[in-house]
Amino acid sequence: MTAPSSTLDLRRPVGKFVLNGLAHVGRLSLMVGEMARTIGEWRIWLPRTFTEMWNIGVGSFPIVVLVSGFAGAVTALQTGYQFSGNIPYYVVGTLIVESIVLELGPVLTALVLAGRIGARYAAELGTMRVTEQIDALETLGRSPASHLVIPRVLAGAIMIPVLVVFANVVGVYAGWVSVQAVLPVTDADFTYGARVFWRPFDAYYSIIKAFAFANCITIISCYMGFNTQQGAEGVGKSTTGAVVSSCVMILLLDTLLAKLLLNQ
Amino acid sequence: MIELRDVYKRFGTQVILDGVNLTVNEGETLALLGPSGTGKSVLLKHIVGLIRPDRGQVIVDGKEVRKLNRHDLRDLRETIGYVFQNGALFDSQSVYENIRLGITDEAKYLDDDYCHERVARCLKMVNLSPETAAKYPAQLSGGMRKRVGISRAIAGTPKYLLYDEPTSGLDPVNSDIIDDLVKSLADGLGVTSIMVTHDVKGAFRTADRIALLTGGKIVQIGTPKEFMASTVPEVREFLERDFGNVTFAA
Repeated sequence: MTAPSSTLDLRRPVGKFVLNGLAHVGRLSLMVGEMARTIGEWRIWLPRTFTEMWNIGVGSFPIVVLVSGFAGAVTALQTGYQFSGNIPYYVVGTLIVESIVLELGPVLTALVLAGRIGARYAAELGTMRVTEQIDALETLGRSPASHLVIPRVLAGAIMIPVLVVFANVVGVYAGWVSVQAVLPVTDADFTYGARVFWRPFDAYYSIIKAFAFANCITIISCYMGFNTQQGAEGVGKSTTGAVVSSCVMILLLDTLLAKLLLNQ
Repeated sequence: MIELRDVYKRFGTQVILDGVNLTVNEGETLALLGPSGTGKSVLLKHIVGLIRPDRGQVIVDGKEVRKLNRHDLRDLRETIGYVFQNGALFDSQSVYENIRLGITDEAKYLDDDYCHERVARCLKMVNLSPETAAKYPAQLSGGMRKRVGISRAIAGTPKYLLYDEPTSGLDPVNSDIIDDLVKSLADGLGVTSIMVTHDVKGAFRTADRIALLTGGKIVQIGTPKEFMASTVPEVREFLERDFGNVTFAA
């Protein structure tokens, strides 16, 4: 008697998963290759890049300030809760500045922007795909990469690090103000603590992370939008996929960069 | 000249084109009829290189589309104006910007004075006022969107015009306006046109030849008169749907 068809045979789903993954990598590489090929069409992408920079920078500024402000305040309040009398007060300054600049500023900003910018780009390009607008560009002999992808990726790569700098400043300031409500920390203690363990590389590290996250958000969301299928449902799937994939990649990159740049 | 030789295309397990052979001569207007889902739009997209055939050849101006490199494909596309079913206008851009994108010559595209003059001329050719240029696609009616789509397609002075269901979703009056426009553009510009349509009456009004695509194959092709006289069952069924159960004289 033959064995019943193996319901636990994982070869088929695993194979399908691997093939799908490789197909994504291939299509993503083609898109990046197309971007590289059309980078010379600066007359096309430059004006659109300024528009996108305005959309990302000005449009995202309020939410970034709000999130980083609360992150700084909560970090300060939790520090106050855990603080015992045996630790010098200036350490609070170190904790808040390093937490915000190294981790919370770039990561929280990137996660918020993955939702705001990533969802928007995936939905925009996805709608353009299902309504044949991208096909129309191609039939007009124009490159969708120089018209749609390069401006978005460049604008993100420039503006997201700028937003992270603002997030860091606002987060540290909010932490400074908030900690004084729970601990008897003077301004001199705080600034001394902030400076004593500060290295200029911390600021560079924050910007490097922001730059990596920016590329991750914009490239993934443009890719997902570009490969949208099946009408409105497809646009919804692409948008969700863009946000989820961007968030996961941000966390992976966060770990990878910490290992590569801080723990050599 | 546009030529399709034994073109075969399937999506998954579904065979869409099953050995299509078709020749469209210089300067003629061909109407491609067929029921929904028979691959009329897919066939059109093969011509402009948006879809590659699984087998067979698509030849435009003596060049096989599948074998063209990126640069040559771009050059070929500049000779083809494609009118999409729903216009496919860029929502975030004005009518002016939409039509301007159709100007394929890069030097002319960057010349603002030329572009304004050209856009106004293209709008006039489709019976739209110059003021339409400032509007956005969302501010236009269905018929106007189709006409702007045609304007964009002709802005680059193409040699070929491909229409994908230009009258779908329009009322009879607007359908007639679009049909007249297709006819006048073919006569006035001397372009070679292929019009994919469900509208049999429109096809008879505008086309020099009519083809019926069904079951993945061209089952009949000929002049309107020959088409009317056809005894092919699929043709009869299609004609009787629109013209009623009448006997057509050859």
